[in-house]
Amino acid sequence: MRQLILLTGVELKEYIREPGVLFWAIFFPILLALGLGLAFSGGGEMEKTVAIVCADTDCTFPYDLSEESKGKLLGNEKIGYTRYQFEKTSWDESILMLKKGMISMILKVDGEDIQYHFDPNNAEANYAYLQLSAAIKGEAPDPGNITVLEQAGTRYIDFLIPGLLAMGVMMSCMWGISYSNVDRRNKKLLRRMVATPMKKYNYVASQLVSRLMLSAIEVLLLVGITKWIFDISVTGSILAVVLLVIAGNVAFTGLAILIASRTANTQIANGLINLVVMPMMIMSGIYFSYHNFPDFMIAVIQFLPLTILADSIRTVFLEGATLINVLPQMISLFVFGLVSYGLGIRIYKWY
Amino acid sequence: MAEPIISVSGVKKYFGSTKAVDGIDLTIEKGEFVALLGPNGAGKTTLVEMIEGIQKPDKGEILINNLPWKGNETKLRKIIGISFQETYFIEKLTVWETLELFSGFYDLPRERSEAIIELIGLSEKRKTYTKHLSGGQRQKLALGIAFLNQPEVLLLDEPTTGLDPTARREIWEILKKLRKTYNTAMILTTHYMEEASYLCERIVIIDRGKVLARGTLDDLLSEYINGEKISFAVNMSLSNNGIPKPDSIINMNFSEDGLKGEIIVKDLVEYLPSFLQYIEEEKLTLTSLECRKMTLDDLFIAMTGRHLIEEK
Repeated sequence: MRQLILLTGVELKEYIREPGVLFWAIFFPILLALGLGLAFSGGGEMEKTVAIVCADTDCTFPYDLSEESKGKLLGNEKIGYTRYQFEKTSWDESILMLKKGMISMILKVDGEDIQYHFDPNNAEANYAYLQLSAAIKGEAPDPGNITVLEQAGTRYIDFLIPGLLAMGVMMSCMWGISYSNVDRRNKKLLRRMVATPMKKYNYVASQLVSRLMLSAIEVLLLVGITKWIFDISVTGSILAVVLLVIAGNVAFTGLAILIASRTANTQIANGLINLVVMPMMIMSGIYFSYHNFPDFMIAVIQFLPLTILADSIRTVFLEGATLINVLPQMISLFVFGLVSYGLGIRIYKWY
Repeated sequence: MAEPIISVSGVKKYFGSTKAVDGIDLTIEKGEFVALLGPNGAGKTTLVEMIEGIQKPDKGEILINNLPWKGNETKLRKIIGISFQETYFIEKLTVWETLELFSGFYDLPRERSEAIIELIGLSEKRKTYTKHLSGGQRQKLALGIAFLNQPEVLLLDEPTTGLDPTARREIWEILKKLRKTYNTAMILTTHYMEEASYLCERIVIIDRGKVLARGTLDDLLSEYINGEKISFAVNMSLSNNGIPKPDSIINMNFSEDGLKGEIIVKDLVEYLPSFLQYIEEEKLTLTSLECRKMTLDDLFIAMTGRHLIEEK
């Protein structure tokens, strides 16, 4: 017991004394939540530049094209406002601006005729087309038949927070455990430690225990701060969230131990961690729904541990799921963790 | 004969075609200090790591307190103390916390860490993070950890390699002190012959995985080489024909131009006056002269044709 307490203490101290690690593991997810939450929660007006290419010198465009023009403000209080800035330029120049991402739409004006050049797959350009073309024709959406959904649980931030929570668990386990283990092996510190009567299981257990403690802090902070700012609350069982976070920690500690089991080279470890972490970050539906991926990929994505964790935390947060509802996911995370853990320990290189 | 605490018999360890350890026998008695002396790559570390239970021998047997490693890990870990060639610790842990961590592994009381920090002279660095320690201080901490459990066997792998002479001295003094306090046996690997002869009563010379010679320093020198060496340089060419008293000379060596030479003689005190007289008679002037006893390095050169510490 003394060994476990001491080793856990060491892990925690190492964390607390390394401000960089602490920042990435705890504060970064919170900042990310705040940043993304604010960016997607509307408010204020957006600005958009549109390139105007005229066929002749006296351009008959309905809005002011002069240098000092403030552009045109479109929209209403319900859908938000967008200020369109019009920049008169040549065709070649406008294509260049498009390539640089400065604009997403070019308007070619020839007498009364206006042609809209844009990529319809670009949602932003599509929206600009609909709004601008309607306005030029003198039509405007009626705010009377729009009702803004503001209830908690239906906004983007509600989708985002549970995912960030899950990702935070993954990141702190993968980087915290894998990296430090490989580094210690590289420096022959592991070898030094097992040359004492230290029990190996205490060493490995201390990693899980310390990670759980850090997770608790991270979850409390993230949930607390986002609740305060965005009024996000857990509609399902709090106990289920707690157990899911524990299950997630077991799953990713196991995976981290497995990844760190052989190599003594921190650069290789770096690559391995990225190899595992990056696809999950992108595909597991943290920032956007994975339902946009083709079906054959979804079939795989659904079985990624991060997907399982993020989805089940999300159902507890948003859909009021209880412990029973997420029990299968929880068990599969535990099993996944324990299997990788067992495998990792089996091939773990102490010397 | 006293009871051996370590007995190594017929141990071999090959890495592919490299014969790291190629049939070594060694016994160490309780309380005995033994040096494994040899150049880099001689197989010292592999041998020590096998005794430490970190590597398994391909052939042969290693017993500590009459117990093999297999099945006795827990018992043996408690009675040995180890320091590696170079030890790093958890960077953001202080000296004191590091000692406490390791002392916890052995389930020792707090007083033990206090005594150790005193012994290794790091009391003032108590609250320093290990990453801010100098090489010498880190090595002292590594030794401190090796002593924590008052081991019956200490296995130190090149404890002073890469340290400056002052730090090396300090570590020697710590080891001497330790020896007075506890009746511990020690195996120390080194490629410094001063270290071997200063700390250990028995020296085992190893090269290419084999024992070349073993015994006390005096034994080794008198058994394998004798005599004393005169190294000199002169202003004009000298031939070896006229050198006096050929009977007293064991061996001699001249450079091609005849301006430098080495003469190994049975008795320096008896020989030197006649040598100086000869130089005077030949109307030569000595530009340098050095006389010394033969050392382990000379012994090593005599045996292998190479120096213990390879020149860069």
